[in-house]
Amino acid sequence: MRRYLTRKVITYLLAFFVGATIDWGIPHLMPGNPVQLYLSKFQLQPGGYAALYKTMSEAFGTSLPLWDQYLHFWSGLLHGDLGVSIYDFPGRVTTLIFDAIPYTLALLGPAIVLSYLLGNRLGAAAARRRSLDNTVLPAGYVLQAIPYPWLALALPYLLGVVWHVFPISGPYDQTLLPALSWPFVSSLLYHWFLPFLTVFLVSLGGWAIGMRNLVIYELENDSSRYLRALGARERLVRRHAYRSASLPQLSGLALALGVVIGGNIVTEIAFHYPGLGLLIYNAIEDEDYFLLQGIFIFIVIGVLLANFVIDLVYITVDPRTRLSMQGAAQ
Amino acid sequence: MRRNTTAMSSKWARSRGARWGTVAVAAALTLATASACTSSSSGSNPKSTSAPSPSSTAALAGFPRSQTLYTSGTAYAPPTIWNPFDLGNFATGTQGLIYEPLFLYDPVKNTYDPWLASSGTWSGTTYTIHVRNGVKWSDGTALTGGDVAYSINLAMTNKSDPYNSNTSTVKSATASGNTVTVTFNSPPGYSEWQDYLWKAPVVPRHVWSKLSAAQQVTGANTHPVGTGPMLLDTYNATEVAYQDNPGWWGTSQLGLKFKFKYLVDVVNGSNNVELSALTAGQVDWSNNFLPGINELISGLGGNAGYGLKTFYAKSPYMLPANTVWLEPNTTKAPMNNVNFRKAMAYAINPQQLVQVVYSGITEPAGPTGLLPNLEPYIDQGVVSQNGFSYNPSLAKQYLAKSGYHGQNLTLEVPDGWTDWMAGVQVISQDLAAVGIKVTPTFPQAAARNADLTNGSYDLALDNNAQLDSTPWSYFQRIYQLPIAKQQTAQLNWERFSSPSDWALVQQAGSTPVTDTAKLNSIYSQLEKDFLTQLPQIPVWYNGAWFQGNTKYWTNYAQSGTSNENTPVMWNGYLGSMTTVYALANLSPAPAPKP
Repeated sequence: MRRYLTRKVITYLLAFFVGATIDWGIPHLMPGNPVQLYLSKFQLQPGGYAALYKTMSEAFGTSLPLWDQYLHFWSGLLHGDLGVSIYDFPGRVTTLIFDAIPYTLALLGPAIVLSYLLGNRLGAAAARRRSLDNTVLPAGYVLQAIPYPWLALALPYLLGVVWHVFPISGPYDQTLLPALSWPFVSSLLYHWFLPFLTVFLVSLGGWAIGMRNLVIYELENDSSRYLRALGARERLVRRHAYRSASLPQLSGLALALGVVIGGNIVTEIAFHYPGLGLLIYNAIEDEDYFLLQGIFIFIVIGVLLANFVIDLVYITVDPRTRLSMQGAAQ
Repeated sequence: MRRNTTAMSSKWARSRGARWGTVAVAAALTLATASACTSSSSGSNPKSTSAPSPSSTAALAGFPRSQTLYTSGTAYAPPTIWNPFDLGNFATGTQGLIYEPLFLYDPVKNTYDPWLASSGTWSGTTYTIHVRNGVKWSDGTALTGGDVAYSINLAMTNKSDPYNSNTSTVKSATASGNTVTVTFNSPPGYSEWQDYLWKAPVVPRHVWSKLSAAQQVTGANTHPVGTGPMLLDTYNATEVAYQDNPGWWGTSQLGLKFKFKYLVDVVNGSNNVELSALTAGQVDWSNNFLPGINELISGLGGNAGYGLKTFYAKSPYMLPANTVWLEPNTTKAPMNNVNFRKAMAYAINPQQLVQVVYSGITEPAGPTGLLPNLEPYIDQGVVSQNGFSYNPSLAKQYLAKSGYHGQNLTLEVPDGWTDWMAGVQVISQDLAAVGIKVTPTFPQAAARNADLTNGSYDLALDNNAQLDSTPWSYFQRIYQLPIAKQQTAQLNWERFSSPSDWALVQQAGSTPVTDTAKLNSIYSQLEKDFLTQLPQIPVWYNGAWFQGNTKYWTNYAQSGTSNENTPVMWNGYLGSMTTVYALANLSPAPAPKP
């Protein structure tokens, strides 16, 4: 067990190192000068431009040689400092990211987890009953195929503009100030619901179809047939089939959760929800290398962390993994 | 036994799933609440105020709707900086609500209103400023001539100060009490100094002198000390909020009082989001460009039931605010040929463009491109003799003489400026109709600026020529010399070299602003040269976008009334023109009928 875990940890640390290096490398080795891009908003005579160029180069660290910038990047990373943003100078990248992360997690976390749980249940139920299957499967295909942008336009139009049931933009009512009070929290929930629903609906279809196919396969495989031959009740067979079918779904969940940090750009733009997706969009619009670099580090960390956690979950959930590891340790 | 275990485990599994779900939702929402709370910061600093300090709104649940004015259309990034010298980046209201200039320029009446200066007079090469008495900074100290002199000297010495070029002929600025004496080299740069008087902020010496040179221009200044009508209250990623300054001099000396206690400027999302916020009454004063707004205004017998107001009640609805030029790179063939430029000018149909793209909320530009407020300086005789208009057959004649042999040219427009992206399609169609092949490209805004600054483009649209008080800055923008490898000042982006016209511009700059006869003759000559050379091709005037919702506030600035003030919160209008009057004239809307 320990050898397995240490091996895993080393692999993930290595992956992080490579990922972070590539993340640093791309903006710094690309053509283009972030300081010049930042100063393009100003209208300065050459003397003033030169003076400000010098100041900004020092602020962004671009006046140092490349290897020095790389070392600064790592020392900053270990201290939790990701530099200054161009798009929102002089805001710090870490501040901007940490301001945005909770909104993205609040939006996508529940959406993915709930759609996973409900989708799996629906898919499993559909695998059992032909009548349910005839509705769930086509509905699942339709939902899975619906593009985010279309749903992100149609839902707020119907529920927000036409029927005035939900607000269509912003994280909370702009007349309120953030506070731990019921009016604020209820406003937060009220504004959260539509974007959540958009992501939830589209993800639901995918999980349902996947689970349905896996459960059907499991119900017909040899171990299930053996169980039935032993005289087990159908419910027990289904119970075991569900657990076996959950494993590939779990890998899918790991992937989905891993990239959750990246936010859902389209949903967040459509609803003007200030999460990481909207931040990525604004950073790209303004060619803010440092902000993008910082966000991608988080995505790298998120993906690796999610994979690591699912690896651990696999050990507890899948007896075969557990046994194989114990065998290897012996 | 086995059955019981599985029954229990199945119940546990089911409830475990539901529990996970609830836990996930609760955790995530707690995170969101916590983040929203911690990322919101208070700007008012009770430690440094001895003047009546604003009550902290952190104690309130929020802003009372009937006492708050919501504005939008200015901020596109979270507010982080209140330094009035960081022109590209500072938060809405930095200049205008917090910091103020010496004079205000009224573009409708074409006059200058004394603001922090009670008067300013020329005497030879000396300019004497009388600083207004009884003005206090928000930390309680009095505004003196020392602050004004300090601000002028800062512009002279700090090269990164955006007003450095306005003080290029200043020799010294000294203060004695509330009188500031500014001495100039001979001849003084009258026009550039005039610009300084109404564009540059006065900053407090006791705060600014403690900053390093870089900090003075780019420091965040999150606890700003100003003389203006409002104080910074709170800010977060989505908005910045100001609170009324009870000690503002404008109330006691000019009778101006804001009837709203809070002003909240929201960071903008996309246009459709802002449009729904406006129609729903979540935003009162919108300076967004909202395509189709004329339908909402004129539909259903007027106001379409939304109670929206614009500056003009009818087309063009919006006050003309800047000139959009079709900007040719005059160092590259065929743009370096005057006949080619004339061919382009005669080929474009601005009337059709403003209808197709803007549905009439903008106006076609006059041939000189000077905005309507500069009408008195336009020599109509020169225009009728040399001006161009839409005439495709004439365009083809010029094209034949131009040496254009059918090559494809690119026309750059920043990506995301949707109205321009549509406008260049119309322009390229018009040009194609006379035989000029043009391909629109849509680089990111910063990349497009870099291309123009470096001179690596063919054609572009440029609207840097903003509403201004004299034609001097307009012609400076066209003719400035020398041409650097990188035109970072964004002047003479078309890289046109005409030393005689640049000499004329410099002459106009060193002529006293009161000598209208001499100025008019210089401008007349410049207009003639402009029309015969066409280094830029004026196409249309962009508007000062403004839509006001009357659900909570009424009496918005309107043309043809006594409240004919600039209705925009943008930098340059709020802090230099008459937006402050427009804000002070707002009154609460009567309670809605049940």
